[in-house]
Amino acid sequence: MLAGLTWKVFLRQARRILLTALIGGLLGATLVRLGPGFGVDERELDTRLSQESRQAIRSERAADNNIGMFYVRYLKGLAKGDLGFSRSLNRPVTELLRERLPLTLGSLGYGVLGGVSIGLALALASACWRVPGSNIAPAMLAGACLAVPAAVIALLFLWMNVPGRWAIALVVFPHVYRYAKNLLVATYQSPHVLAAQAKGLSNARILFAHVFAPAAPQLAALVGISVSLAFGASIPIEVISDTPGVGQLAWKAALDRDLPLLVNITVLVALMTLVANSLADIALAAWRPDVTREAA
Amino acid sequence: MKVRVRIQQIGIAQTVALVLLALVALASLAAGWIAPSSYAEQFRDSISAPPSARFLLGTDDLGRDRFARLLYGTRVSLLLAPAAALLSTLLAALIGGLAGYLGGRWERYVTSGIDLFLSLPWLFLLLAARALLPLNTSPITSVAITFLLLGCLGWATPARIIRAGTRMLVHADFLTQARAGGISGFRLFWRHLLPNLRPILLAQFWISVPVFILSEANLGLLGLGVSEPLPSWGSMLRELENYAAVLQNPWMLAPVVLLVVVVGCLQVVLRTEERIAC
Repeated sequence: MLAGLTWKVFLRQARRILLTALIGGLLGATLVRLGPGFGVDERELDTRLSQESRQAIRSERAADNNIGMFYVRYLKGLAKGDLGFSRSLNRPVTELLRERLPLTLGSLGYGVLGGVSIGLALALASACWRVPGSNIAPAMLAGACLAVPAAVIALLFLWMNVPGRWAIALVVFPHVYRYAKNLLVATYQSPHVLAAQAKGLSNARILFAHVFAPAAPQLAALVGISVSLAFGASIPIEVISDTPGVGQLAWKAALDRDLPLLVNITVLVALMTLVANSLADIALAAWRPDVTREAA
Repeated sequence: MKVRVRIQQIGIAQTVALVLLALVALASLAAGWIAPSSYAEQFRDSISAPPSARFLLGTDDLGRDRFARLLYGTRVSLLLAPAAALLSTLLAALIGGLAGYLGGRWERYVTSGIDLFLSLPWLFLLLAARALLPLNTSPITSVAITFLLLGCLGWATPARIIRAGTRMLVHADFLTQARAGGISGFRLFWRHLLPNLRPILLAQFWISVPVFILSEANLGLLGLGVSEPLPSWGSMLRELENYAAVLQNPWMLAPVVLLVVVVGCLQVVLRTEERIAC
């Protein structure tokens, strides 16, 4: 049974997601409507067609020329799960996404989990084990990973025959490490932790009750941001490692100027990122309502 | 004496990073004098040649001098990424600064807009916007499109931070005093608020530069960046897709090495800027 605050957070996040879908859908439809090649049908180039047949083809598309009507039709389709038709691949967008999404989500799951785990573990080690120079190695590793483009990391992994999903982990980890380290070090230095140490509380109790708990909202947000980072990294990584996922599909759509496909992918990915962020917020509200209330 | 004091203030690592960045920037600016040939000139008698006194980094599979291409490519990436960062920081200052300054309903709307923009994954958005624009453009136009897009799409994160910084300043004593002295509206924002946001703006500028360099590199490797024959770090990295050739010709890794060194140096400089901003 969800508590009142959790419901409140849930409804707020649902409203946010719905609003994003609506605005994202409208912006996407505008992009498609204004994109080059919209309203052009290559069948019109067929010299065997009579003037009447050409006119019939034009009237087929006439409804789309009205931006208002186009939006309404687009949104109606969106509500039914119809995301339009890919001109370059000659298949419905929904079908393409259904085929490729599981693979990308799987890679993302591994990548985010791996990246967050490595980043948090190293950040925790740096924060707890404050021996001078102890954090040089992880800091240098994080710095090196931040300085290499995701596509080059994917190339390195391809050369070493390592699956591309671990390249995602390497893209996510430095961001998590840097933010989490600063956060945990700052929390460790706060007066309430010093007081807890002075009272003789065990290290584990200090860590879980007095360091992790106050830092939980930011750490939860960090997981949400990692999902967005991982989605971004998935494009070059899937292209380089020839993984038939959504990232590779977006790249193909960009090269073929298949805007209906590309825009729908972008909106879908944005929604999934928002859902991940929202889940983190809802989980936090259920686990620590006091922290959520304070943050609000 | 002054130089020593400044070095002590910013630290040795930061000084070394700044010197390295300056050297790379100078070398790229002087490419016309340093490079023995043009980036597009083909030497058909020396295709895929190894390094020599004539071609310091060898030639590519079209017979072009790789060293010359690296210098000119560095010029494109290293000079246009700061230009794009300047554009995005200015946009962010305008949007975030005005939202924080005006407050109330405007601030809520702008914050929601920023949140919405941030929920769109950066590279997907970049691909969508890039696909909307012509792909078969001249090299110079492709450079302008790539970096203008980076500048125009990269404003959201800095805008959020600048908005927060403005909110902290908007009730400061000096602004209250300026208001009491009869200064208001745009003059108050432009002459009194914006100059005090300079450390945050500088930090955001420095944060954006490596992000844009890496984004261009990713776009270039995906074939959506700067068009041939104009070189950039991104387009030069495309050579690395041929693993067998890289194994035989390790000097092909020169663009990656330079890219990592420059982005690493920028990160070191960035730490100083962040410290000053805080």
